[in-house]
Amino acid sequence: MAGITRGFVGKRRERDPRLPPGQYDARDEWPVLHAEATPHIPTDRWTFTIEGLVENTVTWNWDEIHALPRSRYEGDIHCVTTWSKLGMTFDGVSVDTLLAAARPLPSATHAMAVSHTGYTTNLPLDDLTGGKAWVVWAADGKPLDTIHGGPARLLVPHLYFWKSAKWVAGLRLMDHDEPGFWERNGYHDRGDPWAEQRYQGD
Amino acid sequence: MTLTPGGTTHRRTLRWQTAKVVSVRDETPRARTFRLALPEPRPHLPGQYYVVRLTAPDGYTAQRDYSVASAPDDSGEIELTVERLDDGEVSEFLHEVVVPGDELEVRGPIGAFGWDGSGPALLVGGGSGVVPLMAILRHARRLGRSELVRLLVSVRSPEDLYYADELPGPETTVIYTRQAPPGTQRPTGRLTVADVAPLVRGDETAYVCGSAGFAETATAALLEAGVPAERIRVERFGPSG
Repeated sequence: MAGITRGFVGKRRERDPRLPPGQYDARDEWPVLHAEATPHIPTDRWTFTIEGLVENTVTWNWDEIHALPRSRYEGDIHCVTTWSKLGMTFDGVSVDTLLAAARPLPSATHAMAVSHTGYTTNLPLDDLTGGKAWVVWAADGKPLDTIHGGPARLLVPHLYFWKSAKWVAGLRLMDHDEPGFWERNGYHDRGDPWAEQRYQGD
Repeated sequence: MTLTPGGTTHRRTLRWQTAKVVSVRDETPRARTFRLALPEPRPHLPGQYYVVRLTAPDGYTAQRDYSVASAPDDSGEIELTVERLDDGEVSEFLHEVVVPGDELEVRGPIGAFGWDGSGPALLVGGGSGVVPLMAILRHARRLGRSELVRLLVSVRSPEDLYYADELPGPETTVIYTRQAPPGTQRPTGRLTVADVAPLVRGDETAYVCGSAGFAETATAALLEAGVPAERIRVERFGPSG
């Protein structure tokens, strides 16, 4: 256990069991923390592509992705900067549906999520499959705000939220792991909030 | 558009270390600077931050990120300037309880927001967002390369200006949004492209830091003034307290 800080008892004593260690409930706030200028991407110029180690490189435009079966996530999100938001609803399409069209090769083990801004973040393919990941365009029933990644972002809510790339442009499937933007700058390659995998070595 | 890492590539394990508080001083009625001696100092890129973790006797912890205000040097010490937020669990504790001689657990430096001293930089800060930009300005001055840096700071009123003794210089501009010192020509009001445009040289990287709202305003002004999006780096300060 870490050293005790003289005089500290903490203010937020009632812990919601949905909060991973070291997180607090942001309640009505939804902090905005991306490291680039917010891009304004019209939906008629938005695309999503799965490429790399797949049988089919597939690109969907806005209308095409909306024609796919819808999928909803209801639950919590956790940011590495220690805020969490509980009981959110996101609507979009399951990454499973998208991958089924692209057909990953057996050699694919990891993916790089790429954003329309050039932002990148790496994920094991296992974290994107099995109903754990989405491309979403609505939050709590309203179109996703630009500052939160609209028109559409990746959603991988069981990992810290920097993995849920805003303004997502696609996935590049790989046979190895490779660090993305924050991961090159000291952040953890996987980012499990329940294991507090915030930085390299956690 | 491309977003490339602004900082160094570091994939090392970031260990917690126990820093000793060397001194504490007020910057404004709501901002206080803590100078910390590090047992394992690591050079930071000006602009980067440290995590401060507080631990209660029952094991409960709270941690927050704070930008380094000091330039990298060989003192083995860093300065973190902390704004006191209403009901801020960590910032209130740091302001009310922590005194020189106390120990604090920290780890860092962390972050992609940073200037390596190699090229021209336009720094645009709102309120407490000046903190990492001050590290850059101090670093440039230490290197004798202050001509590389231009700093624009936006504050509500003179009493909200951090580092007021140290800021004035040919490379700095302060604008006031609510209340300005007597004799100020610029009318009070939010930052606009007219504030930014005269500072743009065309070959610089812009570093924006402040609240999410300030960051939107400042990046829009920079884009309008002709700074390309791929040369704008942003550090948004959350309300985490």
